[in-house]
Amino acid sequence: MNAIILTIITFTPLIGTLRLLLINGNNEDKIKKSALINSIVTFFLSLHLFFNFDASSFEYQFVQNIPWIESFGINYHVGIDGISILLFLLTTFLTPICILASWSIKERIKEYMIALLFLEVGMLGVFISLDFFLFYVFWEVMLIPMYLLIGVWGGPRRIYAAMKFFIYTMAGSVLMLLAIIGLYYLNGKVTGEYTFDITKLSDLNIPLNIQFWMFLAFFFAFAIKVPMFPFHTWLPDAHVEAPTAGSVILAGVLLKMGTYGFLRFCLPMFPDACHQFVPIVSWLAIIGIIYGALVAMVQDDLKKLVAYSSVSHLGFVMLGMFAFNQQGIEGSLLQMINHGISTGALFLAVGMIYERRHTRLISEFGGITKKMPIFCGLFLVIALSSIGLPGLNGFVGEFLILLGVFKVNILYAVLAATGVILAACYMLWMFQRVMFNKLDNPENENLKDVSKREYAYLIPLIILVFWLGIYPKPFLNVLEPSVNHLIEQMNNKTKSVIKEDNKKEVISVNEDHFPEFPLVN
Amino acid sequence: MLNHVWLVLLFPAIGAAINMLFGKRLTKKTSGFIACSLIGLSFFCAILIFLSLIKLAPENRLIEDNLFTWINAGDFMAFASLQIDPLSTIMILVVTGVGFLIHVYSIAYMHDDEGFSRYFSYLNLFSLSMLILVLADNFLLMFVGWEGVGLCSYLLIGFWYEKKSAADAGKKAFVVNRVGDFGFILAILLIFVTFGTINFSEVFNSAHDALIPSGTIVTMITLLLFVGAVGKSAQLPLYTWLPDAMEGPTPVSALIHAATMVTAGVYMVSRCSTLFMMAPVSMTVVAVVGAATALFAAIIGLLQNDIKRVLAYSTVSQLGYMFLACGVGAHVAAVFHLMTHAFFKALLFLGSGSVIHALSGEQDMRKMGGLKSYMPKTYLTFMIGTLAIAGIPPFAGFFSKDEILFEALVKGNKLYWVIGAVAAFMTAFYMFRLVFMTFFGKSRMDKHVEEHVHESPMKMVFPLLMLAFLSIVGGFVGLPKLSVISTFLEPVFGGHGHELSHAIAEGSAGGHDMSLVYKMMGISTGIAIAGILLAFLMYIVSPKLPGKVANRFKLFYKIIYNKFYVDEIYDIFIVNPIKKFSVFLWKIFDARLVDGIVNGTAKAVEIDASILKIIQTGFVRNYAFLMVFGGILIILFTIFF
Repeated sequence: MNAIILTIITFTPLIGTLRLLLINGNNEDKIKKSALINSIVTFFLSLHLFFNFDASSFEYQFVQNIPWIESFGINYHVGIDGISILLFLLTTFLTPICILASWSIKERIKEYMIALLFLEVGMLGVFISLDFFLFYVFWEVMLIPMYLLIGVWGGPRRIYAAMKFFIYTMAGSVLMLLAIIGLYYLNGKVTGEYTFDITKLSDLNIPLNIQFWMFLAFFFAFAIKVPMFPFHTWLPDAHVEAPTAGSVILAGVLLKMGTYGFLRFCLPMFPDACHQFVPIVSWLAIIGIIYGALVAMVQDDLKKLVAYSSVSHLGFVMLGMFAFNQQGIEGSLLQMINHGISTGALFLAVGMIYERRHTRLISEFGGITKKMPIFCGLFLVIALSSIGLPGLNGFVGEFLILLGVFKVNILYAVLAATGVILAACYMLWMFQRVMFNKLDNPENENLKDVSKREYAYLIPLIILVFWLGIYPKPFLNVLEPSVNHLIEQMNNKTKSVIKEDNKKEVISVNEDHFPEFPLVN
Repeated sequence: MLNHVWLVLLFPAIGAAINMLFGKRLTKKTSGFIACSLIGLSFFCAILIFLSLIKLAPENRLIEDNLFTWINAGDFMAFASLQIDPLSTIMILVVTGVGFLIHVYSIAYMHDDEGFSRYFSYLNLFSLSMLILVLADNFLLMFVGWEGVGLCSYLLIGFWYEKKSAADAGKKAFVVNRVGDFGFILAILLIFVTFGTINFSEVFNSAHDALIPSGTIVTMITLLLFVGAVGKSAQLPLYTWLPDAMEGPTPVSALIHAATMVTAGVYMVSRCSTLFMMAPVSMTVVAVVGAATALFAAIIGLLQNDIKRVLAYSTVSQLGYMFLACGVGAHVAAVFHLMTHAFFKALLFLGSGSVIHALSGEQDMRKMGGLKSYMPKTYLTFMIGTLAIAGIPPFAGFFSKDEILFEALVKGNKLYWVIGAVAAFMTAFYMFRLVFMTFFGKSRMDKHVEEHVHESPMKMVFPLLMLAFLSIVGGFVGLPKLSVISTFLEPVFGGHGHELSHAIAEGSAGGHDMSLVYKMMGISTGIAIAGILLAFLMYIVSPKLPGKVANRFKLFYKIIYNKFYVDEIYDIFIVNPIKKFSVFLWKIFDARLVDGIVNGTAKAVEIDASILKIIQTGFVRNYAFLMVFGGILIILFTIFF
């Protein structure tokens, strides 16, 4: 059971899509319910992983490894560890919520649900892949349904946004593909074994100059996905045009692909290049934090505001990760989850008022609390979790990140901490203009408060907001061994390649091993 | 009881949860009853804790109660654990005690409000956060309470959210407080990196080994902590949110913006006295900021016409006194004044609330007058509060303020004392100006308002009486010669807390003669009386005088009346530039430059393609021609290169 459980979970949504194909497209109710049940089953199955996960080990668990295309050393190799399990669970958790939030979709509901479930397969696959080929397949599989979600069910400028999203991320992916193939040959040359197996490639000691170029290739792929400043401009467009569920998935999971990629590949495989890139990545992250917050502050469209706040939050994630210490990386991982929850919930909240008023312009609202007091309370909790109020989830991650960064570079931490002030500015100002003041727009007179269906998808998120804020220990415990191992791995490798004193010597020795490496010269 | 300290937290938590979740379904009576009785139970627990604590030997009066591990990551550990010591005990007594009275008062005050249950859930939530703040045994948990009270303050200032000014004020309070929190967070980080722990007693016990006295690190830590305190306790230059916070319901102003939350900064600085005592530079900064704020706010208070704003500036000023005391190392005096101030300032705010309530919401003192005969009980209690804040013996404020002034002179320098004394003079003046304008003279009320003026109901008068009683007797715990409070707080502040009472007990005051102590008392009483007499002269004897003075010093009058234009200056130099810069970043930098490059790249590809498209004509003859042409090129290339 444990050997195939990951495969079962990952492909359960695929079974769901097949089932949906058999349902008559006019039977909307049945389609929605079928998709919802499928996603809930997937979620419950994934809980099995959480409960049976051995939190004391850094090893990959629930591993399945079968040859796929043997002549190229490609395997169907999947497994999960402390770094990927929470992101995996976040995905299975957010999907039913997204389906529930898509109840009001009228057009092509069948295709919509198929796209959503198919997207889930892609996302889950990315998190469990231990084979680069497999990883790349899932990575690209994910793009197509997202492209369709934006392009078919999006807003007025959906085609532009979808194209931009697709081509931009695709451009990054191509570079990554090059680097993957490079790694494949490099490993073959050194060890004689041509394989795409990530666990094996992670053990490879790569000479510094090659690390540099490979890091750069991966960097573009992931930085676009995160997105880091200045590669972020596709994000506001995609968010604004995407339907609510699209935005939730995009912010909740898709952006994490970038940060996950850095953590899974760049840190263990190119540790020296990572160290070299610390200033660049950190400064881009800090600029992202402040820049995202400032730009978010003056937005007039709610979704754009949340989109830019994502740029700011993911700056924190990147900054913490590149502190390369336990607090920084754990905080970074936790913040990925937190961002998925808080920003996902923010998009849901925005979606709720959009469904009622068909506008997202802040100036159209004001005084909504009068008509929607319960919504106000829930929205407030979400907004506060996003600005990192202690006791709610955002704070734990942010604090650990700041702590990790503070240990290595005080200036970075001080600059990043200004994000704490700015977050309060943009979020509370928005909240005031939407929820408080006088209700003076007559169109807001008939707003209905939270419906049962909306409760159903908001309450689980709110519970997590409090749980992660008050008692994050179960989650942190799961992360700890893997993060420890990652740091150890980095340190060991850095030592073997660079030894402060005879730095050049060691590298030149290493270079002798690969005189005819295809990527050099 | 000492093993169940968490009960103090549990009750308000339950109250907040009930009113928040089911408030809509409860009647106002139940809603109010639940909130009051739960905070009352919490007060009862606090008393039990106090009683069990004093049974212990003074050196054992530090109990830590670990509830659960909150955050653990590598070598970083943060526990949700509570600490009981004399300082936190005084704080929980004040918070729950004054809190209880204000809860009771609120039932009557908020009776006609739609958001009755919402109000009480916030009030309970506030009590919970404030208790976490003072009971925490480490910096990070304290920060939870710290931000929690900030949140409740935000919610309660903006309680009447439909009023834009109220919503604005709430947001301003939160954002300005966050500026302070920025410092607090960095301080916590620095403390952890330095000490490897964030637990109070571990940090303070190892402070002398881990830190170099007057070194950079301890100075940085304390200054950053003080930035947090400046934000929360509304000191220069971050005080601007507190006067605006008066937009909230008056009992809220009494509880949060006078008696408890705003004193959190003083509590924090006193709590970290060990660190501050090691950093003389920081101590000077604390004292100077405190003294400057005490004077600055008192000056603004002189000319305000809104009854609550006068009290707000007075609070800022009194908090300045407390920091002055902390800055000269007189932490007992600071905590003592914190306590008496909680009594008389809560009393004054509730009294003003009673007046506002009677006058159907009128807050402008120019439209009051002669209320003495209409509201005798409010008048009487308000008078007691005023005498206490003015520093007339034997009311509570006299002892604590006198002690601060004395310590400022003995441990600080003459300048601190002069500033403190001038501010004290002004305090006496503006407080009696307030009393005279409100309760004395002829009525200037609107006709229809005057018809409805009435003494407030018993639920409002009872807390006034209780607080008036405390404002009379509260000072006696700090009586020279037998200062109960300084002995009680001794384990917390060690030897360095309290010069005066020790000195008096030994018959001398820090090398000064005992007669100095009494001389100083006489002088400060004299100063207070002088302030009162001036107010009497200007507002009772010859009411035309203020107008004449204002005309004589027009420029000064205008500047002070407009509060030194500080808000306007902040808007011009900080708020507006940031907004403009952000718009620039968005509309020009982001949309044109960054996105321009992205779309430009796409465009370039498109243009390339359209050029290449030209040769794709679809005619075979063209392709054949190009093939031949290419072949010739290759041949030429191989021949010549």
